[in-house]
Amino acid sequence: MIAELGLALLWIAAALACLSLVAGVLYVRGGQAELAALVRPASVAQGVLTATAFGLLIALFVRSDMSVELVARNSNSLKPMIFKVAGTWGNHEGSMLLWLTILCLSGALIALFEKRLREDTLIATLAAQAALSLGFFAFLLFSSNPFNRLPVAPPDGQGLNPLLQDIGLAFHPPTLYVGYVGLSVAFSFAVGALVTREIGPAFARAMRPWVLFSWIFLTIGITAGSYWAYYELGWGGWWFWDPVENVSLVPWLAGAALLHSVAVTATRNALRAWTVMLAVIGFSMSMVGTFIVRSGLLTSVHSFAVDPERGTFLLVLMAIYIGGALTLFALRAGSVAEGKKFALLSREGSLVINNLLLTTILALVLLGTLYPIVAEAMGEKISVGPPYYNRVAGPLALVLCLVMVAGPLLSWRRDDGKRLWSRLPVAALAGAAVLVLLVVFGGKIGILPLLGMVVAAIVAVASLAPLWGRNLRRTPLPTWGMVTAHFGVAVALAGMGAESAFIKERLVAAAPGDIIKVGSYAVTFVGVKPVAGPNYTSIEGTLVARTAGGGEFTMRPEARTFPGLMGTAPTETNEAALLTRPGGQLYAVLGQPVTSDDGRADRYQIRLWWKPLVWWIWLGGGLIALGATLSLVGRAQLPGIWRARRYRKSQERFAP
Amino acid sequence: MTGAFSSCLRRGAGVFLAMMLANGGAVPVTAQDRLPPAPYAYEQLRDPAKEARAKALMDELRCLVCQGQSIADSDAPLAGDMRHEVRSKIAAGESPEAIKKWLVARYGNWVSYDPPFDAATAFLWLGPFLFLLLGGWLAFGRFRRGEDDAAEGGA
Repeated sequence: MIAELGLALLWIAAALACLSLVAGVLYVRGGQAELAALVRPASVAQGVLTATAFGLLIALFVRSDMSVELVARNSNSLKPMIFKVAGTWGNHEGSMLLWLTILCLSGALIALFEKRLREDTLIATLAAQAALSLGFFAFLLFSSNPFNRLPVAPPDGQGLNPLLQDIGLAFHPPTLYVGYVGLSVAFSFAVGALVTREIGPAFARAMRPWVLFSWIFLTIGITAGSYWAYYELGWGGWWFWDPVENVSLVPWLAGAALLHSVAVTATRNALRAWTVMLAVIGFSMSMVGTFIVRSGLLTSVHSFAVDPERGTFLLVLMAIYIGGALTLFALRAGSVAEGKKFALLSREGSLVINNLLLTTILALVLLGTLYPIVAEAMGEKISVGPPYYNRVAGPLALVLCLVMVAGPLLSWRRDDGKRLWSRLPVAALAGAAVLVLLVVFGGKIGILPLLGMVVAAIVAVASLAPLWGRNLRRTPLPTWGMVTAHFGVAVALAGMGAESAFIKERLVAAAPGDIIKVGSYAVTFVGVKPVAGPNYTSIEGTLVARTAGGGEFTMRPEARTFPGLMGTAPTETNEAALLTRPGGQLYAVLGQPVTSDDGRADRYQIRLWWKPLVWWIWLGGGLIALGATLSLVGRAQLPGIWRARRYRKSQERFAP
Repeated sequence: MTGAFSSCLRRGAGVFLAMMLANGGAVPVTAQDRLPPAPYAYEQLRDPAKEARAKALMDELRCLVCQGQSIADSDAPLAGDMRHEVRSKIAAGESPEAIKKWLVARYGNWVSYDPPFDAATAFLWLGPFLFLLLGGWLAFGRFRRGEDDAAEGGA
């Protein structure tokens, strides 16, 4: 019954989306208030119904109802409960339903709580949100039904892939989805505002919390995903410029550009058309990402051609939404005035350069990701990887950081160079000091990591400058947010630079008792012992790392073997051991046994890395997310006069 | 969806899938999983300068059977064989450029993460600069237009 009920709820929700769309369009065109009265309740009900349907799907996974095809394919009654639940969205259909649930819930939230917009703009926004959800309802119901029943229920499910049973993997996709879908709200706001021509500070202020909200989740999702790849893949890399990573980075870049441009629109009523354009681009990039990952294009153009139904469906949806929004933009852009004037050397000017660089990086990441796919379709097989991105995006990112040094110190409208320079001597000094230290004591360092560390020092100092000489208790939260996020960028950049400049790698075949030197650590390989896990067997190595100062730390990397299920080959995984120290991380992996020439097999492959400041990368990511959160909280619609007074007063002077 | 899904693909079914797709016969020499890995697959060269050169080259060579990994970051047996190949050749005194040339001749540009600049990749390399120029031109036009504050009486 549960599955049938879930499906029925989805159909009703889809019908409500239809209703919202039609009523919304009629209202905006004709202005009948009775129709407008329908849209809000319909949006709320749609959110509730879809969320309930998703809850029912979770219930099916929890109960291990193997008569449902999706459960039988992706779950197993022996799985731990947390992974049964997470299994709900660890597959195509379930993840699309999750996507839709978040989309409809955000529509419901706008309907319930958004009070700043004009009524017709709000209804148009909700209608746009309904149009988005309608497409994805069609996709789900016609080509990816999660509630499909099997004619005969199998005794148990097939989904016991040990690699998918990881807590990071369980919560990583939903985090990113919240981020993607949050951008859909910005998209709908943009469409709504274009329809009613209400593009100004009110629209920007209504949209801004959603952009921040979505960007926080994208930041957390990307940071967590990077750490997951780092500890799970066993080679210590934290960013691979892999297409799947890139398509999550692209919406993040769009979100970063958007939350800066929306600040200009909200505060100074400038950059109006550009902000709308970015809102359209942001969600378009989310859809492009979902399409690329979901359609199988990534493996190869050919795997897309094998099962083109879903891919084509998504492609058509994307074409309708992006094409529709861009057409609307083209029709209305002429009537969207540019907004207030400003000089190049001003807060607005620096934010324009910020946006220019962010969108250029966005474009090149997208170009590098799609290029091999297009080239392959044209019969040319090429690979685009880290050397390309580092060389092209790296310098742009460093320039962007320098703009970030100046931007927050400039005043709105216009400023002069001397005044800016007078606030920068400490930061410039910090940068010069780091440069001298690295050149004198750093040894041979690549130019990009070197500049990265120097810029990081400058940004770190300059990012705190907006707090200087200010009563910290009366500094508004959004300012704290900006300072924290910009400081986070410096921390992450320093981590990246130090890690690539000073990493130490040791790969050896070691026998018990051998001592391996890596960085300032002497690591003794004590030996191995077999360990039995709940659904795997494992060889656990014991390593003792000693510092020059007499510190002693035990590390236990594991090489696990999961038995093959139903005739598949066994799977082997490495569980790296990480030792986190103030100066960085020691990373140890136990590989396979090595047979000597005389036939003895007492040696093991050991991989050791000393990664200086590597954890600063994720600390920086966390600070960026924290900064955005402070900014969001500081701008949230708090009840009562307390909000109104403080918030409005801080608007002009301290944003973004 | 980022590293997460790709990695499980990389390590699980993806290896199998990619193996079937990886352009026909272009799979390196000794691909038997059961054989012990070649010595230099998991061991560094003694000479740190040579090892650094080998590492830099391995970082930009694609593991042909993985999804989106260089041979320096992969446990796939074929990546191990390629690492052995690269380290042996560097140890024998070959230059990284010559080794890369040899690999590209064998497997095509697909094997290198650093695409060459030629007719097929011109837009890849120049595209970002064209975008920056175009965007800069549009943006700087922006500073000359717009309403005066006085005209509308402030925000």
